Amino acid sequence: MSELAEEVVLSPKDFATDQDVRWCPGCGDYSILKQVQSIMPELGRNKEDIVFISGIGCSSRFPYYMDTFGMHSIHGRATAIASGLKISRPELSVWVVTGDGDALSIGGNHLIHMIRRNFDLNVLLFNNEIYGLTKGQYSPTSREGKVTKSTPIGSLDHPFNPLKLCLGADSTFIARTMDRDPKHQREILLKGSQHVGTSMIEIYQNCNVFNDGAFEVFTDKGSKKEETLFLEQGQPLIFGAENDKGIMLEGSTPKVVSLSDVSADDLWVHDANDKFKAQLLTTFFDNPSVEGHLPRPFGVFYQEDRYRYEEAMEEQIQFATEKSGKGNLDDLLRGKNVWKAE
Amino acid sequence: MTKVVEEKQEVTIVFAGDSGDGIQLTGTEFTNTNALYGNDISTFPNYPAEIRAPQGTLAGVSGFQLQFGSVEISTPGDACDVLVAMNAAAFKVNLPRLKKNGTVILNIDGFNARNLKLADYDESPLEDSTLNDYRTIEIDVTKMTRTALEESSLSKKEMDRSRNMFVLGFLYYMYNRTLKGTEEFIKQKFSKHPELIEANINVLKAGYHFGDTSETFTSRYNVKAASLPKGEYRNIMGNQATALGLIAAADKAKLDLFYGSYPITPASDILHELAKHKNFGVRTFQAEDEIAAICSVIGASFGGKLGVTASSGPGIALKGEAIGLGVMLELPMLIINVQRGGPSTGLPTKTEQADLLQALYGRNGEAPMPIVSASSPSDCFSAVFEACRIAIEHMTPVFFLSDGYIANGSEPWSFPKGEDLKAIKPKMVDTKKGGSYLPYERDENLVRDWALPGTSGFEHRIGGLEKEENTGNVSYDPENHQKMVKIREEKIQKIADSIPLQSINNGLESGEVLLLSWGSTYGVVKTAVKHCLKENVKVGHAHLRYLNPFPKNLGEIIKRYDRVIVPEMNNGQLVKIIRDQFLIDAQGLNKIKGVPFSTQEIVDVIMQKSQVK
Repeated sequence: MSELAEEVVLSPKDFATDQDVRWCPGCGDYSILKQVQSIMPELGRNKEDIVFISGIGCSSRFPYYMDTFGMHSIHGRATAIASGLKISRPELSVWVVTGDGDALSIGGNHLIHMIRRNFDLNVLLFNNEIYGLTKGQYSPTSREGKVTKSTPIGSLDHPFNPLKLCLGADSTFIARTMDRDPKHQREILLKGSQHVGTSMIEIYQNCNVFNDGAFEVFTDKGSKKEETLFLEQGQPLIFGAENDKGIMLEGSTPKVVSLSDVSADDLWVHDANDKFKAQLLTTFFDNPSVEGHLPRPFGVFYQEDRYRYEEAMEEQIQFATEKSGKGNLDDLLRGKNVWKAE
Repeated sequence: MTKVVEEKQEVTIVFAGDSGDGIQLTGTEFTNTNALYGNDISTFPNYPAEIRAPQGTLAGVSGFQLQFGSVEISTPGDACDVLVAMNAAAFKVNLPRLKKNGTVILNIDGFNARNLKLADYDESPLEDSTLNDYRTIEIDVTKMTRTALEESSLSKKEMDRSRNMFVLGFLYYMYNRTLKGTEEFIKQKFSKHPELIEANINVLKAGYHFGDTSETFTSRYNVKAASLPKGEYRNIMGNQATALGLIAAADKAKLDLFYGSYPITPASDILHELAKHKNFGVRTFQAEDEIAAICSVIGASFGGKLGVTASSGPGIALKGEAIGLGVMLELPMLIINVQRGGPSTGLPTKTEQADLLQALYGRNGEAPMPIVSASSPSDCFSAVFEACRIAIEHMTPVFFLSDGYIANGSEPWSFPKGEDLKAIKPKMVDTKKGGSYLPYERDENLVRDWALPGTSGFEHRIGGLEKEENTGNVSYDPENHQKMVKIREEKIQKIADSIPLQSINNGLESGEVLLLSWGSTYGVVKTAVKHCLKENVKVGHAHLRYLNPFPKNLGEIIKRYDRVIVPEMNNGQLVKIIRDQFLIDAQGLNKIKGVPFSTQEIVDVIMQKSQVK
């Protein structure tokens, strides 16, 4: 078992399987797989103590490519399966790999309930704003008016704001990163893995076949600096092509200001422990084509320490055992009201 | 007034009143007290789906029927000897159950103008000829209760809540029982409210003394202890026995029990019972929905626990896809269906056996599963234990079928000792075995090895996509798919090698008529068959515990009789399977009324079929 295993230094390659990776050429999933494999040795865990669980969708093929324990389950349910596993085996490092359809549409209910219970596990939510595996229908994160195979005149659905939804369910860790920024991705994956509780990591992931360029405005060199806001703990919110813009709070309303008018000292300073500010940050979700929109934040929005369900469960078992003694099967079967037939 | 004491071999009583009258509690207490006197007992609670249906209405009537005796008791009885009715509606609904010359105990306060109107009576049945054929004991229970509590500080509403204790005390007098057990129960139940302990015990005693002093009846009854096989007994309800069976199976398999479920009638009591036993290492998880419940079980089983979920028909329907995943993953887990009337929401508090085909076929694709059923409240223990054994030793999800009737019914149970229960052997992978681990390599029973997360060198991935034989890698190969479908089927069929052969439970080993039953109909079919044997009918009774696979000798047994009758509380489900597998003209005997068969209903059919030459 794990305790007896010898200390070995693992490398990212040790986490690759012999299975051919079968995502479309150019898919953003490749970059995520690479970064996840690259941080695995840094978890300080043996391979056998790590479990990847996925649902259904392109992203959900992920466990086949990780040489750990894994389960490719059914649509939307990875979160519920991971919950049962975590209650049963709190010591394991559990990773849920899911997509926007899997987590937010068919699995929406399990997602919010898992979040409120705050199991110590990590969720990688690959958001590509489209259904890829079923070949191109709109997803719960697709923008209004999105023209897809199932919405030839445009989608009527208002999209979910995933991180706002998670925070609404009292998430204890929410963060956003993107497939095309491996360095940032790696940093966020590591932070998520270090958080004790459910870490929700939304990863903008390009589907180059059915929704190519969905996040281009955030990832393309020409627009990235204008359109994104990278959050750093204790640092003022500054962005812009020349780092010339900042976010200031006027009352409770965030405003974009020019650093030629306002001193950096007067800007909003990022504090990932501030729940109220985190809620405001999740609302930076404007359509980038709308005039006067706020930049899209990336990084750790919010983090707090709250009890984990599985730990509380163990405590209850201990409490019950101390109070009533370790269960005795004979006493249990016998009950309290026994009579004899002679 | 001194009363004559008459001996009775068996007595059937129905308690009936509003769903808020405490009828179930009264019946349960009366049952427990008689159990301690050593009677054999069978109970049948029958209540509406509404928690507090409109007071005094026909729809709101809650009933609790029990038969107890000094002889063997296998059913809660057809017709009752005594009907206790707390109001006009309860009287009207249950009067057809009362035997001619039976005794009816009436709370006359429940027969005022308003009650009569709610029960659709134009004229009071107390004043016309309705009661002519019965012995009637009229008591103003409300008034007597309030009088008994004259000195209490309770409000009238609070006082009236203990009316059921007056009736119970009265019956204890009538049947020569002490109040001790119920007094203890009251003390425990209200341990934080001494004023309620006092009030309830006072009213209980008042009822008893009223029996003693009342001149409205002249006989008391004595029902001696039954001559049950030697040993120690306790009274147990089906859901409780199921919960204990799960704990025992986990113990004997040296696995922790994980129970994930979502509340649903009539299965929730299993969750309530298990939640009390955390000191056995039982992890109970009330999931957000039925799907999460079964999925949490899949996660737990993957992690090496004995994963169990329970529900009733509607919840099982929701779990279908995930159960299919369990079949594909070949992990041990148990799915309990405490069946109720369907389809859809159907009759949540009424019983039915209409989910057999759902258990057998209710998944997409070819997804075979073993099915085990329980025949009585206490049989839930050994049947669910056996279902767990099959799941663990054969690495497969297993269905366990109970139903509302046995789940809530109770009977004496000759409980086993832990050491008498057989050890269950999980199929854990041999970690010393060299070479690479193939997750879907199988033994002679086609069972794969269980390798748990945390086992170094055994990292592997499993999933819902079709597996390549042995390696478990994803495979779309046509030949492989056909082979795997056949393997999964054969694996389930091979379980027949590890289960007992079917025996004839009652009656003749061959003859004119075979009654082939399953599930909660056992007691009533047994009673009917015994009756018919006395009439010289050549009848036998085989009761199936294993519904998939069948015991190997079932086909041979069926051939020994001229006719096969399959009594079921559904529209004919086992009978379809029997006809399909054995190509015989088995006949259904079907009751779909949400209540169990009466003995007479089955006797009539046996008599009729046996005369057809």
